[in-house]
Amino acid sequence: MSTKDKTPPAVPLSRERQQQARRRFLRTVLLTGGVLGAALSGYLPLAYAKKARLRPPGALDEHEFLASCIKCGQCVQVCPVQAIKLADLVDGFGVGVPYIDAREQACDFSCDAAQCILACPTGALTYVKPEFLPVRPGAKLAAKPILKAKEHDPENTLNLRERMGVARLVRPESCLATKGKGYKGLARGEQFKGHMRYMDVDRWKPIRISDHPYDVAECDLCVRECPIKDAISMETTFAPDGSKQHRPVVHEPCVGCGVCEMICPVEPSCIVVEQREVWKA
Amino acid sequence: MNRLLDQVMIMLGREPRKGGPISERAQQVHQLKRMTNKAELKAAREVAHAEALKTHKWRNRRWITLLAANLLFVVSYHFDIQILEGALTASRFVGFHLIDLNSALQVMLAHKHIIVNLVIGTSTIFVFWLLLGGRTFCSWVCPYHLLAEWAEKLHLKLAATKLVSDQNINRWLRTVFWCIFALLAVVTGYTVYEAISPTGILSRALIYGPGLALLWVLALLVFEVFFVRRAWCRYACPIGLTYGVVGIFSPLRVKYKLESCFHEGDCRKVCLVPHVLDTVIKGRAPDTEVAIGPDCTRCGLCVDACPTGSLTFEVKGLSKLL
Repeated sequence: MSTKDKTPPAVPLSRERQQQARRRFLRTVLLTGGVLGAALSGYLPLAYAKKARLRPPGALDEHEFLASCIKCGQCVQVCPVQAIKLADLVDGFGVGVPYIDAREQACDFSCDAAQCILACPTGALTYVKPEFLPVRPGAKLAAKPILKAKEHDPENTLNLRERMGVARLVRPESCLATKGKGYKGLARGEQFKGHMRYMDVDRWKPIRISDHPYDVAECDLCVRECPIKDAISMETTFAPDGSKQHRPVVHEPCVGCGVCEMICPVEPSCIVVEQREVWKA
Repeated sequence: MNRLLDQVMIMLGREPRKGGPISERAQQVHQLKRMTNKAELKAAREVAHAEALKTHKWRNRRWITLLAANLLFVVSYHFDIQILEGALTASRFVGFHLIDLNSALQVMLAHKHIIVNLVIGTSTIFVFWLLLGGRTFCSWVCPYHLLAEWAEKLHLKLAATKLVSDQNINRWLRTVFWCIFALLAVVTGYTVYEAISPTGILSRALIYGPGLALLWVLALLVFEVFFVRRAWCRYACPIGLTYGVVGIFSPLRVKYKLESCFHEGDCRKVCLVPHVLDTVIKGRAPDTEVAIGPDCTRCGLCVDACPTGSLTFEVKGLSKLL
């Protein structure tokens, strides 16, 4: 009601006033319900656990990560390969929280130091976890991972204590190596937008994977491009029928960065990162 | 002190009351105004209106500041000039941490752990807005404020043609929301408010590209156009209340001068928070000069609207110094 109607209340008006007050109360309830309903609907995606995301390196465990992330995207801004994206509305409370879609653009540590951890203002991404937070068994890396790119530098490790996940060969039957096949051409086709650092091209400037064709007698792209020393190797194993075959085998130093998932030329990828997975001996 | 407490209560949700103590000097002015001949008063008022500058000086300055601040985030990222990195919730100005107070509060309550960078950024922003007026953040920086301002114009146009009516809501609601969201952060361990904060959503949408979360912002704007004028900023936003509290002791504020005021109420019509301008109602001003309370966003619409210059920005202490 506009302010114009503020004539002195005659007796019959008091009922109208009462009605106004009641309507005002209802509107208040409506806005309260609307806002709280919207806010709490953020629970739904978590409750259904539909969105398990690969988080950037150094992320706290999921619940703590969502609690401590201030949703500013500074990690997004410093990533040289733009691996980090911010989640949208469908992630509920995770809206605005960073994640990595490894198949599209994995974290290849071309920043050398996990710049996203350095950029994080709240410690949601952290080099050193506060003591009161538990470390899941198997999440902790046995040793600081050695970055192949700077293997010969005096300081050659990544300051990373826990893994983001673990890579796993989920489709060994389609893996080119197990079939003894080579690979020639662009790993992911001409249209693929993903970037990666190639040390023999330019240490400081990641290039498009579509600008870097391969020609290998036996496909070992996942092993070849893995940025971490001794995290994955090509081993001779026995196929179910008893014949010898080569296949990529993941080892304990795997941090779960997802480069193998990104570079795998088979569609869908034979090797994937299982987010938040721990190392099981 | 009593008046300060009174203004804080009004910010939290109490309606302004008539009949507080009025200084002797102010009583004289009120009395003089009652005694002045009606015709003379009307003539004086017409002269004042004729001479008044019809200007949007403060509004334009404010819009430019708001757009510049938000665009600085955008260009810092897209052209990699690294002046203001991050988003409104947390950022770095040439490397120095700045963290939004309400977001920081949500994170601290949910995570229950505070690291040094968080303290640095929060303290910097606290001091910054303490000096600049607290809710100044709302009208001079918050991107939702600008959209809501445009939605408000549309709402008032529709209201003038009686297509929609002007509804209001109980102002205590914002304080209730503030408490609920603080409590939810503590209990659930999630930054629940951040999921629906139109300020954060809009800031991120500008910098990192649009997303579905903008639908929520759109829903709020639609609600404001068709139902309740400025509903979010007035009755819901906990960020506004957080910065309002910061502004309680701020030296930068709007000052009201009783003597030159004709009590026409143009200022109250344009104001986002008209309860802070209760003092301009005829006979209410407790003194000849009154500082407007902490819920004021220092947007300057009233300063632009006042035909007699009775409302001006002042920096406490500085005016005397100059």
